[in-house]
Amino acid sequence: MAEATLERSAPASLAADPVIDLRGVGKTYRTGAVEYEALREVDLTIEVGEYVAIMGPSGSGKSTLMNLIGCLDTLTVGSYRLAGEDVDELDEVQLAEIRNRRIGFVFQQFHLLPSLAAWRNVELPMVYGRVPAAERKERAVAALHRVGLGEKLANRPGEMSGGQQQRVAVARALVGEPALILADEPTGNLDSTSSADVLALFAELHAQGRTIVLITHEEEVAEHAHRIVRVRDGRIHSDEVRAR
Amino acid sequence: MTWTETLRTGLAAIRSHAMRSILTVLGILIGIAAVILTVGLGLGSQKDVSESITSLGSNLLIVTPGSSTDTSGVRGGFGSLFSLTSSDAEALDSEVSAPDVSGVAPEKTSSLSVESSETNWTTSVVGTTADWLTVRSRSLDSGEFLSEDDVAQSAPVAVLGATAATELFGSTEVVGQTVTVSGIDFEVIGVLAEAGSSSETDLDDIVVAPLSTVSESLVGGRDRDAVNTIYVQAASAEQLSAAYQETQTLLLNLHGITDSADADFSVSTQDSLVSTATAVYRTLTVLLAGIAALSLLVGGIGVMNIMLVSVTERTREIGLRKALGAPPWAIRRQFLIEAGVLGLAGGLLGAALGILAARVLPAVLDSSVVVSVPAVVGSVVIAMGIGIVFGVYPATRAARLAPIDALRSE
Repeated sequence: MAEATLERSAPASLAADPVIDLRGVGKTYRTGAVEYEALREVDLTIEVGEYVAIMGPSGSGKSTLMNLIGCLDTLTVGSYRLAGEDVDELDEVQLAEIRNRRIGFVFQQFHLLPSLAAWRNVELPMVYGRVPAAERKERAVAALHRVGLGEKLANRPGEMSGGQQQRVAVARALVGEPALILADEPTGNLDSTSSADVLALFAELHAQGRTIVLITHEEEVAEHAHRIVRVRDGRIHSDEVRAR
Repeated sequence: MTWTETLRTGLAAIRSHAMRSILTVLGILIGIAAVILTVGLGLGSQKDVSESITSLGSNLLIVTPGSSTDTSGVRGGFGSLFSLTSSDAEALDSEVSAPDVSGVAPEKTSSLSVESSETNWTTSVVGTTADWLTVRSRSLDSGEFLSEDDVAQSAPVAVLGATAATELFGSTEVVGQTVTVSGIDFEVIGVLAEAGSSSETDLDDIVVAPLSTVSESLVGGRDRDAVNTIYVQAASAEQLSAAYQETQTLLLNLHGITDSADADFSVSTQDSLVSTATAVYRTLTVLLAGIAALSLLVGGIGVMNIMLVSVTERTREIGLRKALGAPPWAIRRQFLIEAGVLGLAGGLLGAALGILAARVLPAVLDSSVVVSVPAVVGSVVIAMGIGIVFGVYPATRAARLAPIDALRSE
C-alpha cells in the first residue's frame, strides 16, 4: 500500500508547469576584486517526467548550474521557476523549505549520517518537513523496500557497501515525493556493478514518471538519460534529446 | 523538527563523543559543586556561630569589661581589665534602678584542676549567683542549683556539668559526692542537664560554684571582686532595649563615667553579637562563592570550545541537513540544545557531588555545611544557562554555514 504511494508521479495540479524553468540565468562569483562569471545566459526548461543528464568538464559551470537548480545557491541574474514556483526572490528559510518539499538530492559522497540507522537517514527530510513520526517511519521503510534494502533498515551506513549506501541516499531523495530528483555524480564513488545498480534504479524511477536530473562528466552514465545538456564555459553548449 | 527530535539528535551527538563530553561536563560539574559547597560551608559556619550565641540564653545582654585608664595613665584593652565587679551585678539586680532586668548572672571563670576521689580533670570553674540557671536557660538533671543562701554564705557547694561529672566520676549520678578544688572540698549538690556543645566550647564541661566562694577561696589577689562577664536578662524581648539603656546608665554611674564613649565595659545584645560574628562569614562566603563562580565561567568557555570543535567536525552534516531542508533556526536549536544538555548534565552531577560532599565534609572539618535548596536549584539552572549562553556563538556559526560550502568540506 505504501508502495503505491511512492510510485505515484508528481501531483496533477503541477503537471502543466515545467519542473525547471531557467530564463537568462547568470551567476557571478566575486573573490575580493576579482569577478568570475560561472554561468551566463542560461535558458533551460525541463518538463515533468524527463530524465536529463547535465554534462561538462570540470570548470564548465555544471556544478554551479546544479547548485542553482538545487536551490543551494542564488542566481545573480535571470529567473528560475521550480515546479511553478518563483524561487529567485526567496530568502534562506524559504529556500530551505523549497529544497525540503521539491527536491530530492543524491550526492557523489552519499552524505549519509554515520550515526543513524538507514531508516533514520531516510526519514531526515520528513523530519524537517514536519511529517508525524509514525508516518515518517512507515514511509522511510517503504522507500527502503523500494530501493531493495528492505533487509537493511536498521543498519548503519558503515555496515553497508557503497552501492547500498547510495541506494539509501536514493531512498532518502524520493521519500518526500519531490518534484525533482537531483543527482550530483551519483556513480562517481561506485564500482561498475554498483553504478549499474544505481543507474538501473534511476531508470525504474524514471519509468514511473519521476523527473530526474543527473549531473555527470561520464559519457556512459549520461547515456542512460533521454536528454543530454552539455555545458561549456558557463553556457549551454548543446541540448540533445536522444532516441529512446 | 520537534523539540524531542532535536533533543534526541543532541543526545546522540553527545554520546558519539563520550570522552570529550565527559571532560566538558566535568568543567561545569566542578564549578557547580564548588559553588554549592562554599555557600553551604559559609551558611553552616554562620549557623554554628549564631547557634552558639543563642545557646547562651534568651533576651540576654552580655556585659564584658572594657578599657579604662588607671591612675598612672596606662590604658588597657577591652576585656583585659577587672572593671566589672560583683557589686555591679548586685546593683543591676535592683528592681528600682533596672526595672526591665529580670535576672543577673555574673560569671567569674577560671580554668582549674578539679579532683574527685578517683581522678582529676581541668575544667572551667564558674563562680556565679542563683539566677544563673534561668538567665543562661539551663536546667538541672538531678539535685538542686545554688541557692541565694549558698551565695550569701560562701557555701562550699558545686553543680557539675554532664561532661565534667562524667570525666570525674564516670557517671552523672554524683549528687552527694565531693570534689576538691585548690585544696577546698566542695559538695556536689546538683548536675546540669546537657546543653550540647557549640563549635568552640563544650557547655557541659563546667563546674558551677557560688561566686562568693570562688572569689574568696579560689581566686585571690586584687581582682578578687572582678567578674569576667555579667549576663543580664531582660524580662521580655520588648524590654530588651529598655534593659540595655538601664544597664548602660547604671554602670556608667557606678563607674563614675560621664561620657559613654569612655565606658570601661561594653554591653552587647545577642543579635549584635550574631551579626558581628556572622558578617565575617558572610563576606567570606560571597568571596569564595565568587571564586567558585569563576570556575563556572571557565567551564562555560570549555562548553563553547567543544561546541566550536563539534560544529567544525560536523560541517558536512550541517550542510546535508540544510540541503535536506533544515532552516537555520533548526540547526541553531540543535547546537543550543546540545550545549544546554552538556551544561545541565554538569549542573545535575555537580549538585549531586556537592550534596554528597556536604554530607561527608562535616565529619572531616568539624563544621556544619548547610545545603540550601534554592542554591542547588539555582546553580543547576545557571549551569544549563551557561551551557546555552556559551553555545550561542557556535550554534550561530553552524546556522550561518552555506549548504554548498558545508557539503564540500572534507
